[in-house]
Amino acid sequence: MTNNRKDQFNQKLRLRKGIAKAFYFIFLLSILIGIGGLLLLLIQVLIEGLPWLSLHFLTDYPSRHPEQAGLKSALMGTIWIMTLTGLFTVPIGVSAAIYLEEYAPKNWSTQILEINLSNLAGVPSIVYGLLGLAVFVQLMSLGRTVLAGSLTLSLLVLPIVILASRESIRAVPSYYKEAAFALGADKWQVIKGVVLPVAFPGILTGTILAMSRAIGEAAPVIAISALVYLTFVPSSPLDRFTVLPIQIFNWVSRPQEDFQGLAAAGIIVLLTILLSMNAIAIYLRDKYQGKSAE
Amino acid sequence: MTNNEGIALEARSLSVWYGEFLALRNIHLAFKRNKVTALIGPSGCGKSTLLRCFNRMNDLIPSAKVEGQVIFEGRDLYSSKIDPTEMRSRIGMVFQKPNPFPKSISANVGFGLRINGYTGDVKEAIERSLRQAALWNEVKDRLNDGALTLSGGQQQRLCIARALAVEPEIILMDEPASALDPMATLAIEDLIRNLSEHYTIVIVTHNMQQAARVSDETAFLMVHEDRSGYLVEHGATQRIFTNPEDERTEAYITGRFS
Amino acid sequence: MDIRQFGIESNRNSQTYMDRLNRELRFKRSDFIAHEARFVRWVFLICALVSILTTVGIVISLIIQAYGFFDTVSIWEFLTGLRWSPLLKPKSYGVLPLVSGTLLISVIAAFVALPIGLGTAIFLSEYAPNKVRRVIKPTLEILAGIPTVVYGYFALTFVTPVLQIVFPDMLVFNALSAGLVMGIMIIPMISSLSEDAMMSVPQSLRQGAYALGATKLEVSLRVVVPSALSGIVAAFILALSRAIGETMLVTIAAGATPRLTFNPLEGIQTMTAYIVQLSLGEAPHGSLEFNTIFAVALLLFVMTLCMNVLGHWVVRRWREEY
Repeated sequence: MTNNRKDQFNQKLRLRKGIAKAFYFIFLLSILIGIGGLLLLLIQVLIEGLPWLSLHFLTDYPSRHPEQAGLKSALMGTIWIMTLTGLFTVPIGVSAAIYLEEYAPKNWSTQILEINLSNLAGVPSIVYGLLGLAVFVQLMSLGRTVLAGSLTLSLLVLPIVILASRESIRAVPSYYKEAAFALGADKWQVIKGVVLPVAFPGILTGTILAMSRAIGEAAPVIAISALVYLTFVPSSPLDRFTVLPIQIFNWVSRPQEDFQGLAAAGIIVLLTILLSMNAIAIYLRDKYQGKSAE
Repeated sequence: MTNNEGIALEARSLSVWYGEFLALRNIHLAFKRNKVTALIGPSGCGKSTLLRCFNRMNDLIPSAKVEGQVIFEGRDLYSSKIDPTEMRSRIGMVFQKPNPFPKSISANVGFGLRINGYTGDVKEAIERSLRQAALWNEVKDRLNDGALTLSGGQQQRLCIARALAVEPEIILMDEPASALDPMATLAIEDLIRNLSEHYTIVIVTHNMQQAARVSDETAFLMVHEDRSGYLVEHGATQRIFTNPEDERTEAYITGRFS
Repeated sequence: MDIRQFGIESNRNSQTYMDRLNRELRFKRSDFIAHEARFVRWVFLICALVSILTTVGIVISLIIQAYGFFDTVSIWEFLTGLRWSPLLKPKSYGVLPLVSGTLLISVIAAFVALPIGLGTAIFLSEYAPNKVRRVIKPTLEILAGIPTVVYGYFALTFVTPVLQIVFPDMLVFNALSAGLVMGIMIIPMISSLSEDAMMSVPQSLRQGAYALGATKLEVSLRVVVPSALSGIVAAFILALSRAIGETMLVTIAAGATPRLTFNPLEGIQTMTAYIVQLSLGEAPHGSLEFNTIFAVALLLFVMTLCMNVLGHWVVRRWREEY
């Protein structure tokens, strides 16, 4: 190489390296923006909301007067919804996952099921609400009740439960299944005796994650319950109800600043619940992963 | 059809395909009752595939196709009248890597009893199986401990106990000691010799010294150019190792290739 | 019981022989097991079919109820009309303002989320040491798990006031705040899907490029990203579909005034926000006004469905086979 070309190459190299270094900071900046956004959000929520957090906040009903307003109806409604949704979605979701992983033949009919599932996961949640309205509230005459709401939400989070369960079932090492077959177990005995017990922690984690998604949803519940202001607690699945995100939405939508503060406090409660659920899910996953590897 | 000459298990014209690929070519092989037969041969010759034909574990692989017959108790195991699930409890299998369930020791041994509807005393059956597998003394005080807390050699003996619990007549072993240290290996080999008093054992091994130590009969398989496996020679271990009939057998045994 | 059936010679050890003979008495596989197995299989199949029922239910319920609307208002007028005013006279049923509102916010969100999401993914996949990854990934998961009402609150009470400093004529309800916050909301989705796509590019490809003297940036942008392109494009499409279908954020922050505009400083109404508005309103069931919900929802469903199908097709069609 002539000296001239060598210089040119080195010069270009310095430029390329410089650009590379610059982009490193650009990429780093991307992350910081994302994380920064999250931090800003949390700080804003804490600043506005903490002053409004108190015991009575959790035990009072909403009210026109901000100082007397509380979360009670929304909190109880959320608990009702979470329990019932779990009750419906887990058996159906796990069963569907078992079918897809262990029984389904590898042909076009199974492919349709899979494509359908991935499409369902992308359907806007409000559309699920309208489905619930048409089928559960009107067609099955369940009315605008907890029951209709939880059935709707179970359909919404079903793809999540199915996905998490499938992954857990798939992760069961095949040598366990082989050993069971070799002892004379039929397919269901293998699933019941070996696959499900081993996959259980993963399924549990997936369930908790699905539940945390369900309790954060407002749109489908609005379509079903059509209320944002409720001053009683449901005493049966056939009562009307409201949930935390809707209560927050209700307060945020009011112009007075005090209600913004209430909304922030409600957000703190909601996020705390979600954080605890996720922490439990992660703790359980680590605990059981340790056990089966021991 | 009756059996004679103390043949517990027999392969007749057995061939196995995985999809388009022929893995085993026309195997004729008979296993003598209450003897240990070793299957030896270079890697890829289909020893494990052959072994898995005998308890129809190949059925679990969708692309696998088996032609020919496996005669057990006078009947062809591959006939449509035979229920493979039930049959598998009569022909047990021990795998290369010890694979006890992530359950307690007693739950492991009891698993086969439960799924096969054992009507006797389960605890007694568990103890008997653990004794037969020479593991009882080491675990009798901790039957509720997790099976995965045992050492590799103990886990393998647990797997053997688990297989013995359902009272099979034949035990198939796929390189049962290859994942174990030398001490554990010798323990397993001892166990195999003891077990052959009551069970017919077929063992796949890539370790010729082990085959010589442990088995009464030996079958030598080889790989064809098209990668299919076939039987070269079969006979008393003593004879195979000292006076093989086929020169390929001799070449393998003397280590000219492996 | 025929002795010969067991193929056991009669001069064998008689104890073993008797034990063997009795085995059938000790191991009784009941018929119940077989019935249970068959029953269970059907139960599982039915549960798997619930998902099909869901889709069928969505399609049928939307179409039937939208039919009540399209009986009166022609599809052409619906899809091409420029004014949306189903409740107030003079009534007009052109959906384009709602669609433009939805798209305006989604485009703003895309401008925010695509570069940041991709940059984050590149950083995590190519640059970040393990310790950093272990901190950042859970943070992104937290971001992804935050309910959208919270984002709506954030947009209304923090972002809008801040933006009003920069744009004094901006209204409280506007598309820009909602769009920006929506962008933050979908960053985790783009980032994790893109990162998955990039992580599945084999190391050997990278190493080949490094061996030729490429800088890390060049390897990332000229080798990894192009190889992972189908996954990245799919990530964009799916995240955009999510933005289009999002409800609470836009209901809270973007306003309730359908307006056909490309000015982000103005308030608009998205398709989803309109559905919420009507759900909380007093239009009687079965009325034309109420049925507008289903027409809009049907359009929304079709749009997101097309995008999801497109996203998955992109992955399947252009996936590099390794």
